Amino acid sequence: MSFVFYILATLTLAGALAAVMLKNTVHCALALTVAFAGLALLFLNLDAQFAGFAQILVYIGAVAILVVFAILLTKGSETPKDGVFSRTWLAGLAIAAAVFAVLGWAVLNSAWALPHETAVPEVTVKQIGDALVGRYVLPLEIVAVLLTAAMIGAVIVAMHEKERTK
Amino acid sequence: MSTTLFTVTADQFFVLLQHWVVSFLPGSWQPVAATVVSSAAIVLLFPILFALTTVFERKGLARIQNRLGPNRVGPFGILQPMADGIKSLTKEDIVPTTADAAVHFLAPVLLVVAVFMGFAVLPMGRNMVLVDMDAGLLFYFAMGASTELSVFMAGWSSRNKYSLLGAMRAVAQMISYEVPLLLSAVTVVMITGSLSLTKIVAAQDQYSYGLPHWYIFTPWGFAAFVLYAISTTAETNRSPFDLPEGESELVAGYHTEYSGFKFALFFLAEYVAMFSISGLGTTLFLGGWSAPFAFLSWVPSWIWFFSKLMMSIFVFIWLRGTLPRLRQDQLMNFAWKFVLPLCLLNLLVAALWRFMGDGWLRWVVCSAILVLAYVGMGLIGMRSKRLGPRSYRYAE
Repeated sequence: MSFVFYILATLTLAGALAAVMLKNTVHCALALTVAFAGLALLFLNLDAQFAGFAQILVYIGAVAILVVFAILLTKGSETPKDGVFSRTWLAGLAIAAAVFAVLGWAVLNSAWALPHETAVPEVTVKQIGDALVGRYVLPLEIVAVLLTAAMIGAVIVAMHEKERTK
Repeated sequence: MSTTLFTVTADQFFVLLQHWVVSFLPGSWQPVAATVVSSAAIVLLFPILFALTTVFERKGLARIQNRLGPNRVGPFGILQPMADGIKSLTKEDIVPTTADAAVHFLAPVLLVVAVFMGFAVLPMGRNMVLVDMDAGLLFYFAMGASTELSVFMAGWSSRNKYSLLGAMRAVAQMISYEVPLLLSAVTVVMITGSLSLTKIVAAQDQYSYGLPHWYIFTPWGFAAFVLYAISTTAETNRSPFDLPEGESELVAGYHTEYSGFKFALFFLAEYVAMFSISGLGTTLFLGGWSAPFAFLSWVPSWIWFFSKLMMSIFVFIWLRGTLPRLRQDQLMNFAWKFVLPLCLLNLLVAALWRFMGDGWLRWVVCSAILVLAYVGMGLIGMRSKRLGPRSYRYAE
């Protein structure tokens, strides 16, 4: 664990915490973007170029914009009077802690189960591309079809609403 | 022999200069210093180019509109950018009282940073690239995508209806045209088989019968270049796609509430984005730094890169002076119903080109598909518009 890792980890955690704690919803969305950027930088720190750039392209370029649009179009950018914290925050905290514990346990155990790698594997973008259209072409196609179906479904839902209001 | 030595020295002038500057430092500092020197060169060069381009643009627009343009500061108004720069630096920095001060401040800064990052992977000459990244194109588009959020931040934090409307328009437009932008660039990746921009240039730096192997001189490449040019114009919010800043409708769009140096930063970011995206277009389709004819390859490679870049800028200015602004619905219909289907078809054509092998047949087949699609889609689109003789309601 290097010095850079700790800086990036602090940035990501601060962004994620701010995303839950801040009062203004748009500020929360922007803080979430900071967390996304921190994750992308962590990927890059691990020499995972493809994952890092895809994270920036998809999450900062598209998902953050989508979140922000959703907030503005649903009139949710004003802070409610009784604060942003849900009344069931204790249960939420318990569930979050449980999920984190399970994930942490799984990660810590997998380190022993896997064969110990001495050298850092060098994965180029070309290899990822070859794997995606070679060995993993079926999952890729299924994901593509699923996303297309979801998009067409979203369009149909929106169209239906428009007809009803007429 | 001495002439070849001279050509090589001229070609590699900036690389040698960088090595010479760095050689004064102790060995362990040299890799870091090399990056710092190159970055400083990029950060200095493009603002200077921006200053020159503003005069060039105002002069060019004035010529198109049959007037003189700036002519008071210096000979022929050459020193106009100096006056503009001093003005924007000394102007009061006004932040609206209701504005979100932190976000209002961060937006222009983040925009300029993201815009400059793109230059890191652009090869501006032989061996003149800051980071020769394996996934260079992916990096470029990742940086391009992160500019959209700062545009939104600027519009939202100003708490002004014109700013917010302008930002929403800008973001919607940038997202819509990012799809054809990526898809038209992907064809080049399909043919080259690499995301590295240096490899893409190297693949085009070949000559047969003294003519270059630039991708624009192939059917799919020409189509992709035209689609790319349309998308870049929309992506940089330039006329005829300048709805986000339409003065007659939105004052100045997302940067209405910015003044002084922050406004200058937005202006700078817009032009630097134009340079950077023209540079990428040059790299992808116009052979990057390679010479247009084999017998001209003695001219330094960086001269070719910057000539091609400035030619693209000239086309941007020319378009601005010539075309009227589109309407919002026209803009969106054009992106999703015309540009995007053509981009998808062009992907198939590029695949055909790749697998049909050498020979004249692929030229005929690929060109025929693209021309037929263009004409057919154009005819269908025109029919649904029911265009007829113009009728005047008031001015008979």
